[in-house]
Amino acid sequence: MMEEKKSPARSALAHVVLIILTFFCLFFFYLLVVNATRSHVDLQKGFSILPGDAFVKNLNSVLSDGTLPVVNGIINSLVVSSLCAAICTYFSALTAYGLYAYDFKLKKVAFTFIMAILVMPTQVTAMGFLRLITGMGMYDTLLPLIIPSMASPAVFYFMHSYLRSSLPMSLVEAARIDGSGEFRTFNHIVLPIMKPAIAVQAIFTFVGSWNNYFVPALVLQTKSKMTLPILIATLRGSDYMNFDMGKVYMLIAIAIVPIIIVYLILSRFIIEGVTLGGVKE
Amino acid sequence: MNTKKKRIDYSKWGYFFIAPFFICFFIFSLIPLVDTIRYSFFEYYATGLKEIGPNFVGLANYRELLESDLGKYSWNTFVMWIIGFIPQIVIALILASWFTDHRLKIHAQGFFKVVIYLPNLIMASAFAMLFFTLFSEVGPINSMLMQFGIIHEPIKFLASVAGSRLLVAAMNFLMWFGNTTIMLMAAIMGISPDIFEAAELDGCTHRQRFFYITLPLIRPILAYSLITSLIGGLQMFDVPQILTGGKGIPDRTTMTLIMFLNQHLKAKNYGMAGALSVYLFIVSAILCAIVYKMMSDEDGNKKKKTGGK
Repeated sequence: MMEEKKSPARSALAHVVLIILTFFCLFFFYLLVVNATRSHVDLQKGFSILPGDAFVKNLNSVLSDGTLPVVNGIINSLVVSSLCAAICTYFSALTAYGLYAYDFKLKKVAFTFIMAILVMPTQVTAMGFLRLITGMGMYDTLLPLIIPSMASPAVFYFMHSYLRSSLPMSLVEAARIDGSGEFRTFNHIVLPIMKPAIAVQAIFTFVGSWNNYFVPALVLQTKSKMTLPILIATLRGSDYMNFDMGKVYMLIAIAIVPIIIVYLILSRFIIEGVTLGGVKE
Repeated sequence: MNTKKKRIDYSKWGYFFIAPFFICFFIFSLIPLVDTIRYSFFEYYATGLKEIGPNFVGLANYRELLESDLGKYSWNTFVMWIIGFIPQIVIALILASWFTDHRLKIHAQGFFKVVIYLPNLIMASAFAMLFFTLFSEVGPINSMLMQFGIIHEPIKFLASVAGSRLLVAAMNFLMWFGNTTIMLMAAIMGISPDIFEAAELDGCTHRQRFFYITLPLIRPILAYSLITSLIGGLQMFDVPQILTGGKGIPDRTTMTLIMFLNQHLKAKNYGMAGALSVYLFIVSAILCAIVYKMMSDEDGNKKKKTGGK
């Protein structure tokens, strides 16, 4: 039994496996960063483990390309993702509070309904969605990428679980006795309590929207309105071989690296959020 | 004016609070769903600027889909999902049990967790574009292997069925194993430490501990991971679409169901897109029902545990 206590061989094996996996997780992104700093000519010469000196040149040529409005793309992606994060978390919290704090006739039906569609893929309604937004005059605008995030079952579920564990109804009743209106109570008492849950979900919604490709690719047609994923997809065209490769790597880096940096800053917080958001306990 | 009434009825406020969610869902999901189902029974497509239909054709679209390559694309989707999922769940299980085993004393646990979760947040389309350039015939992976003398001819990864499917599966694996590890870890840490302590006192080995305690106790979460991953696999699109330029090369062997749907949508063939969506909807609805049952069982158990208060 004493030998069982410590197992240096197994421990060593575990560390080796972890280091190998770490290598695979980081290697491709390392290559990306290195290649984004190398010029096209340099890249043609082959593989290099060390960065080059063409970082500024590649960045300039990506940002000043007339056929590929990257600056617009960054702004569009930022606008869509931020608004999605704000709208999605606020209304999910609102819905969660509505179903947590009030007893009304359709409460059970509403909750069951949301749980039933919790993991329903959005792609199955894409065809009707496209026709609908075309009819509403929202085709080729950013609105259809933002407004539907008001109804996010998974974010709702997270918020609801959070409320159940951290909002005592006595607090709401105390606010009522003090004469606070229901919406005021929600905005000034409930929302601050939910801040941790909202922050975690805002990050996930932002990232999800930043990375979203399927719907934007169907909705957006004008180049100046495109978000980053669609611009990246246009790189994969038939004249791919004629591209300046330094530029290609730089554009991919622009889409990926900001998320990596934000993640590294908030990583502890985000990883805690993953477990909270999944199957709890 | 103070009334004697002790309780004011607040219940109607519940409707106000949940109204935006349901209105939004109704407009942007339910109407499109009904519309999608309706047009699946019509011949309705565009050729050039001319629109044909809508003419009611009954189940003709469904039949035509079954006779087309639907089976092949379902198989492709399944194969690429399963060769990503098996290593994903196995590695995640091993890592999760290592991370939670205090006898192993894993150093820098925080660092490893941060690193393995990282690929999950990466833009799938950019990641696919990155793999496309890195693994291209003149890309850095080939030149690296050649510089090290491991190969002499560049490998055309995307020209072979196995090569392109493995690339897609490898990317899915990289993007999801960290997420699964963290979910399983949470599940293992939820097991009462008393059970492990008792087992340790009885002299159980790490293997026994894993197979007779950990595995049976986290079975519900394993099942949940399987089903949600299956739903994710059904939606596989970004990675193969970008990696193969939407063509599913070679010879449409990496074409997934959603890529097929995307083709019909781009071609404005509403009838066929509708029928394909309905097929996908039926499969997803079954999977959703399973998830729903798991979640409500879990909720039910929790209520029983805290019941009596």
